[in-house]
Amino acid sequence: MSETAINILVGGEAGQGLATIGQLMTKALVRAGYEVSVTQDYQSRIRGGHNTFAIRTGPDPIHGPETGVDILVALNQETVDLHRDALKEGGVVVAGEGIEADDCQCLRVPFKKLAPKAIYQNVAALGVLGSTLCGEFGILEKLVSQTFAKKGEEVVKANLAVLRDAYDWVKEQDYSFACMPPAPQGNEGRLMLHGNEALALGALAAGCNFLSFYPMTPSTSIALTLIGKGGELGLVSEQAEDEISAINMALGASYAGARSCVTTSGGGFALMIEGVSLAGITETPIVIFLVQRPGPATGLPTRTEQGDLNLALYAGHGEFPRALLTPGTVEECFHLAHLAFDLTERWQTPVFVLSDQYLADNYRSVEPFDLDALPETSSPLLSVDDPAGYRRYALSEDGVSPRLIPGYTKALVKVDSDEHDEFGHIEEGPENRIAQNEKRLAKASGLRGEVIPPELFGEENPDLLLVCWGSGLGACLEVSEILTDQGKKVATLHFKQVWPLREDQFMPFLEGAKTVVGVEGNATGQFARLLRQETGFVMDGMVLRSDGYPLNAEYVLKALESLV
Amino acid sequence: MATVEDYGQFETAWCPGCGNHSILKALKTALAELDLEPHQTLLVSGIGQAAKMPQYLNCNMFNGLHGRSLPPATGARLANPKVKVIAVSGDGCNYGEGGNHFLAALRRNPDITLLAHDNQIYGLTKGQASPTTAQGQKTKAQPGGQPSVPFNPIAVAVAMRVSFVARAFSGDEEHLADLIVQAARTPGFALVDILQPCVSFNKVNTFGWYKQRCYKLGEEYDPTDWGAAVVKASEFGEKIPVGVIWRGDRAPFEDFAPGGGKRALAEHRVDKAALADVMQSFA
Ligand SMILES: Cc1ncc(C[n+]2csc(CCOP(=O)(O)OP(=O)(O)O)c2C)c(N)n1
Ligand code: SF4
Repeated sequence: MSETAINILVGGEAGQGLATIGQLMTKALVRAGYEVSVTQDYQSRIRGGHNTFAIRTGPDPIHGPETGVDILVALNQETVDLHRDALKEGGVVVAGEGIEADDCQCLRVPFKKLAPKAIYQNVAALGVLGSTLCGEFGILEKLVSQTFAKKGEEVVKANLAVLRDAYDWVKEQDYSFACMPPAPQGNEGRLMLHGNEALALGALAAGCNFLSFYPMTPSTSIALTLIGKGGELGLVSEQAEDEISAINMALGASYAGARSCVTTSGGGFALMIEGVSLAGITETPIVIFLVQRPGPATGLPTRTEQGDLNLALYAGHGEFPRALLTPGTVEECFHLAHLAFDLTERWQTPVFVLSDQYLADNYRSVEPFDLDALPETSSPLLSVDDPAGYRRYALSEDGVSPRLIPGYTKALVKVDSDEHDEFGHIEEGPENRIAQNEKRLAKASGLRGEVIPPELFGEENPDLLLVCWGSGLGACLEVSEILTDQGKKVATLHFKQVWPLREDQFMPFLEGAKTVVGVEGNATGQFARLLRQETGFVMDGMVLRSDGYPLNAEYVLKALESLV
Repeated sequence: MATVEDYGQFETAWCPGCGNHSILKALKTALAELDLEPHQTLLVSGIGQAAKMPQYLNCNMFNGLHGRSLPPATGARLANPKVKVIAVSGDGCNYGEGGNHFLAALRRNPDITLLAHDNQIYGLTKGQASPTTAQGQKTKAQPGGQPSVPFNPIAVAVAMRVSFVARAFSGDEEHLADLIVQAARTPGFALVDILQPCVSFNKVNTFGWYKQRCYKLGEEYDPTDWGAAVVKASEFGEKIPVGVIWRGDRAPFEDFAPGGGKRALAEHRVDKAALADVMQSFA
């Protein structure tokens, strides 16, 4: 566990502004050059309930969430009651007057005095927190100025005064809390991004210009980011009447020349499934951002789970190829979203990016992405040599036929959900069926040929190998580090693509380890079963979490105790 | 000049005597009259007998899923202004399985012409009740008679004041072709609900049944009078008016959807400088 990291937990009711405080503080830390990892826990209600915004931060890389708390910012009594036990030694509670925090070290902030109006409370809290961590006032000052710049000079001035008072007030208090170690040099200009924002930016970088969606937590912020930031980049978007419409609309747009995607979560995706088959047989490119939350049905609507791997893998009737990308970090969200658009265009078959609530809301400090270094995403054709002879479904060795956009040439572009001949006309004869089916399925070997290999962190022949996919990466990396520090030989194998799979990329690692343990955020070990089905390899043990909370190092370590 | 011949001749899988044949002929006449060449025309359909229409025309086609002709049509319209988008499907497809999409299309008013082949029955699945089947009409699946009252697409479309609402009868090919031309020339959503006999499964609403009841709206009828349109829209029984029931002046959806339908999205390229600025907004 990172010795230098501290964990700040802001808790309160929805509507009390805890996300604002959390975001301001996170941004200040990112600007100061610290590493951050944010875990958000909220409930399915707009006001009330108990919500938390946890910022784990420090000068060294941070892999994931932590249960123990160093600074507990309590916006209500419930926060103290629920999290007091998680407070670490030397930890401090930051709370307004009237909140009871007996036997804890407590900074009782006179909010009424520091923040003459309730709207200043967020800034007062920022001042108190920043000062507690011995943060630089200048960074906070600039952040507050920028945040309120749109509201005019008066508002900025008033907020800066509150910030100053709150910051100075802490200095006069008698309490002990160790300052944060200085931030490393060279981290200037980093971005503060959560997984969903990174997915949206990756999509825009790939030229995504069409989105149809129906809102569903925790996917909605991908759509909101695409709309909010993509409008000026030429993105056309529509909130569809339901998910069925969303995917069909995206496919119509894609057929007609757009670079299309949909954003959804479990139940919404379930409604899209017939459309996935339509994409499969019409060979129409589409990227499906599937941000998982615990099911079945409505499940735990605001919590996290890696429970929909099987759903994405088998979604759709009939047989057709697909690819499933599973980013483990915010950076990977960007790059895999970008890659997804290229893959779906080149192979003309649906491509999934599978994330989850934890990663969706996980703010990180990331280097700005190097846009010039990104490969060009491939595009459909706007012209063909022989328009009269154009065949949308021309048979080919790799299964890919020339995809032409209608309206640009005299060629006619016919796509059909019925089995069709090379021109796109219904043709139900057995020979044609076999030829077209084989053509579509042939793309699978092409997709397999460019699977992203799983990444190994640590030695090749460890005593313990942790196998994870998607957002499970952080917890496993932290566990590996902790156990390595204890002198054990531990490594992590992370899959950022879970379909198709290529045995040669990972079997040597699985076979070279003494003990192999699968780590997944679901109750049945869906990925382990997939590996077993594909390779016959059986894990020595499993660490599974399905209580709605993200995998973290403490959880995995505890579960490992009973395994190894 | 586009001609009827440009749109080709295909063998169909429809029953002899089915109303779909005349609709196909009328559509070809209309497309030629509109001077749309095959590559400028996009037919989007769902699934059903009516939805096979694009198979029998030489033009671009997106033959999708049952009930889902309108969503891909809308997506295609937003993505590509180079093609004229026409959706074709049956009453079951549009008003049953795709009912929610029909309602959403009325709200959006996209520049799409919808040809709804209304045979008041499910043809392709062999004769179950459709959303426009009369209450009490017996079928194999509703042996005691269809328990619900029929959906009135015309009245709902008029209520939503979409750009163009017409009722047609497949038995009057010339009139139908003219209505399709008017619909396609209207910017915004244009519904043509086409009464069409299904000789195999609907023994009630036969060619004779429609022929006897359908009458053309005369010169004196003013389709821009909304009150009158509401009244005409509900006329269905002993007398059935055919012709333009309503002509509205709602702006098409594309005027509101940012960039929708004006730029060809296939020509879009990433503006890296602008994207870099967007990225910096997260710093
Ligand atoms: C999701 C789905 N459900 C059911 C069907 C079966 N199905 C095909 S066509 C059809 C009804 C067609 O009726 P209608 O739209 O009135 O068209 P018609 O055949 O009468 O022209 C049905 C239920 C299907 N193809 N897909
Ligand atoms: S079943 Fe009815 S709708 Fe279908 S082709 Fe035959 S007559 Fe036409």
